[in-house]
Amino acid sequence: MSQKITVALTVNGQSRTVSALPDTPLLWVLREDLKLTGTRFGCGVGQCGACTVHIDGEANYACLNPISAMQGRSVTTIEGLSPAGDHPLQRAWVAEQVPQCGYCQSGQIMRAATLLRDRRRPTREEIVNHMQPNICRCGTYARIVRAIERAAKEG
Amino acid sequence: MSTFAPDAAPVAGARDTTPRPALLPEGWSPVPASLRAARGVARDGRRRFMTGAAGLSLAVVAAGWAAPQGALASGEGVAPRPSSMRMNAWVTLATDGTVTIMAPATEMGQGSLTSLPLILAEEMDADWSKVRIVQAPPIDALYGNPRMGGVMYTAGSLSVTGYFTPLRQFGAQVRWALIESAAARWGVPPAELSTQPGFVLHAATGRRLSYGEIAGFARVPGQAMVVPLEPLDRVRFRLIGRDVGRIDVPAKTDGRARYSIDVQLPGMVYGAILREPVEGASPARVDDTAARAIEGVIDVVRLRYGVGVVADSPWAAFKARDALRVEWGGKATGWGYSSAQGLARFEQIARDASRSGVAWEREGNVAVAMKRATSTFEREYRADYAYHAQMEPLNSVASVSAAGDLCEIWCGTQSQTFAVAAVADALGLPVSRVKLNDMLMGGGFGRRGNRDTEFIVDSALLSRAVRRPVKVTWTREDDVRNGRFRPLYVNRLQAGLDASGRITAWHHRVVCDRVLPFADPVRARASKGRDNIAMRGTEIPSYGIPDRLAEGLHPDTGIRTAPLRAIGVGQNCFANECFIDEIAVARGLDPLDYRVGLLAKEPRAQRVVREAAQRAGWSRRGALAKQGRGLGLAYIDYTGTHLAAVAEVSIDRASGEITVHRFTCAIDCGVAVQPDNVVAQTEGSIVYGLGLALTERITIADGRVEQANFYDYRVPRMKDMPDLDILLIPTPHHPTGAGQMATPLVAPAIANAVAALTGARLRQQPMLPERVRVALVGLPSVA
Repeated sequence: MSQKITVALTVNGQSRTVSALPDTPLLWVLREDLKLTGTRFGCGVGQCGACTVHIDGEANYACLNPISAMQGRSVTTIEGLSPAGDHPLQRAWVAEQVPQCGYCQSGQIMRAATLLRDRRRPTREEIVNHMQPNICRCGTYARIVRAIERAAKEG
Repeated sequence: MSTFAPDAAPVAGARDTTPRPALLPEGWSPVPASLRAARGVARDGRRRFMTGAAGLSLAVVAAGWAAPQGALASGEGVAPRPSSMRMNAWVTLATDGTVTIMAPATEMGQGSLTSLPLILAEEMDADWSKVRIVQAPPIDALYGNPRMGGVMYTAGSLSVTGYFTPLRQFGAQVRWALIESAAARWGVPPAELSTQPGFVLHAATGRRLSYGEIAGFARVPGQAMVVPLEPLDRVRFRLIGRDVGRIDVPAKTDGRARYSIDVQLPGMVYGAILREPVEGASPARVDDTAARAIEGVIDVVRLRYGVGVVADSPWAAFKARDALRVEWGGKATGWGYSSAQGLARFEQIARDASRSGVAWEREGNVAVAMKRATSTFEREYRADYAYHAQMEPLNSVASVSAAGDLCEIWCGTQSQTFAVAAVADALGLPVSRVKLNDMLMGGGFGRRGNRDTEFIVDSALLSRAVRRPVKVTWTREDDVRNGRFRPLYVNRLQAGLDASGRITAWHHRVVCDRVLPFADPVRARASKGRDNIAMRGTEIPSYGIPDRLAEGLHPDTGIRTAPLRAIGVGQNCFANECFIDEIAVARGLDPLDYRVGLLAKEPRAQRVVREAAQRAGWSRRGALAKQGRGLGLAYIDYTGTHLAAVAEVSIDRASGEITVHRFTCAIDCGVAVQPDNVVAQTEGSIVYGLGLALTERITIADGRVEQANFYDYRVPRMKDMPDLDILLIPTPHHPTGAGQMATPLVAPAIANAVAALTGARLRQQPMLPERVRVALVGLPSVA
């Protein structure tokens, strides 16, 4: 675990090859090697969701997945969610003025994106259950719910 | 240097284009600006010049026009381009019409990056879609907050309230200079001119000039006169009071927003710190063999307060840090201390009448009034240590030059000037050799405003050691264990009542760890022992109680403390509002009527209390109780902002768990500069208060913090959310704070609701299930 390995993976549709200590969380490779800093470090132990990305299409914690397990996997980060930052959720996030400090919001949006993909019109309860892993310390939860409902409605 | 431009024009309705007439300064005479200053035409008393927000200070007038911006000074990114005109220290106008406005406060989510420049843009009559906002360089004399002793320090929800009038004035002065320049060009009296957003108009001839065009020839007066501002009960604002959308929001939805943790520099390496477990300890023996064996480790650096590791990746740095073996020495006050022991000791001090504290508020003579009272009422309230838990763990980036004589820093700080001063001091450099890059903060809540900014000094010291740019990141565990907490509290309250039951005497003794001397020794030295961070909120001018004493006793336990959102108000309001409620209930009175009566002389206070109660269904509380729901009320005047809140709760008697179903809050903060953001801040401060009230608790054993991460420090998640009902009541008063004002209401509203439902009084934050179960023992089941 104290010698580096080389791993090839797909990030936001592009093939990337990286070299890192094998137990390095995907998070640090995304942020510091690939300079995709929209994925945030919050807790490092899968407790806050700030690092939420899609791994092979599913919302997952970048802080818990070691780079050694990423060979051949496909990762989408907030930078790759939509070509121009105009995913329905991103538009709704602006319309509802969700972010305050904004630090957790990439993770919130990436988490919400898989819900909307699977459920066209999620209920309030489904939203709350789905979003439970992600902490927002500024307390924007009410607006997150409204933004998800708006995105579901407006598409 | 971060810059921001509004991504979109203000929402429809915000673009009132009614021309605004030129508002002539009182005592104005049509003498060219160049002559005016020399002749001193303005009457005495009007001849004041605005430079820094902190004042109508004359001392810096000469320097004010060209802020000291040497090769290294921060903020040179805003130096005027050839095609632009620097109107004053706050505004640069480009010939293409772009208006660049300095933002003096730092942005941690509270929104003042938008609201402060907007105040200036309003009076300048700027076209908001052409405004570009730049963070002001660290120069207290120009950009300090008058409400913060002239320091650039973003805290206390004092940014809008402190900068409001100065920024209106600076904007009005720019507008005046533009009108004057246009008048000179057209050869007409300035009084015939008016403005529309971004234009000066001459109605008589139908001529108009854009601000950008005027920038090409404007003559900026060397000294600007004070322009009279329209009073708040008459003025019709165009931007203030209409939601324009926060300028930082779009970049916070697509990953573009940049915090210091995101900074990337060529050749940058990564640092981690093993810090003293107790403040004041230092490494006595260090074994770094295992740490150095990890691939990527560059150096291990001994520091006074710990050991730093530098590596080529954050992960290698964390691993190496964890592999260090360190024996700690040094005489630290905190060794051996535990929070349980602290609570017992504080309680003893609170009850020891022979020990008097430092008076925070003293009105009349409480000792005499208490003796005269027909009956007295006493209660104690407590709070555990609490942690900020801002989402971005503390971090910073520094680059020290090869010669060690220059340092550039990238950080998120609540005080630009504290950060620069602390780094300069740590490196033994003058402040002019430290350049600040002020980044967005992933939350602050008081954690990033300490005078020593230790998390910024970390990277400066490691960069000096390795002579490369270094990013030091704290892990969440570092952030918790090296936390600086809301202190441990024991509040002892005594009230004296006369024969009619009226409160005539109020004595509040607060025993808690010292905060100000640790967070800001400079301010502490000037405070004569009055610890405002610990004591704020014990003053209760609104309740009309004639004889009052609030006194503070602040033992030095060695525990690290800091202002935390709502500072002492968070606990002191809990004590006050539960105590008032207990008195009302003991006297058989409705807590709502009782408060409305106490607030007889405060119509704004009465209004928020009545509105909150009405919206929450106070009159239906009997019926709600039958359904197992209790309502509890709390009120506060927080630095001039009046708020009242009602919590609707239920309780699981078996587990002791409290559920807050609905939380209603009415807020009057005077002029609401950005109403939707006031609501958002109120929502956020309620959620923050919810965590402090119910789950958040730090404990200490042998001086060490026992918690580590979000699994043992539980903050609110989405399932914990009540329905929020927030009523904003804008009034034409000078704006007061909105960033944290509802936080102190949450715990007392919940505790009072639990008491209304069960008869059980909860007198310690957080109201953990085991505490609820204890309080419920022996009480008859009500619901």
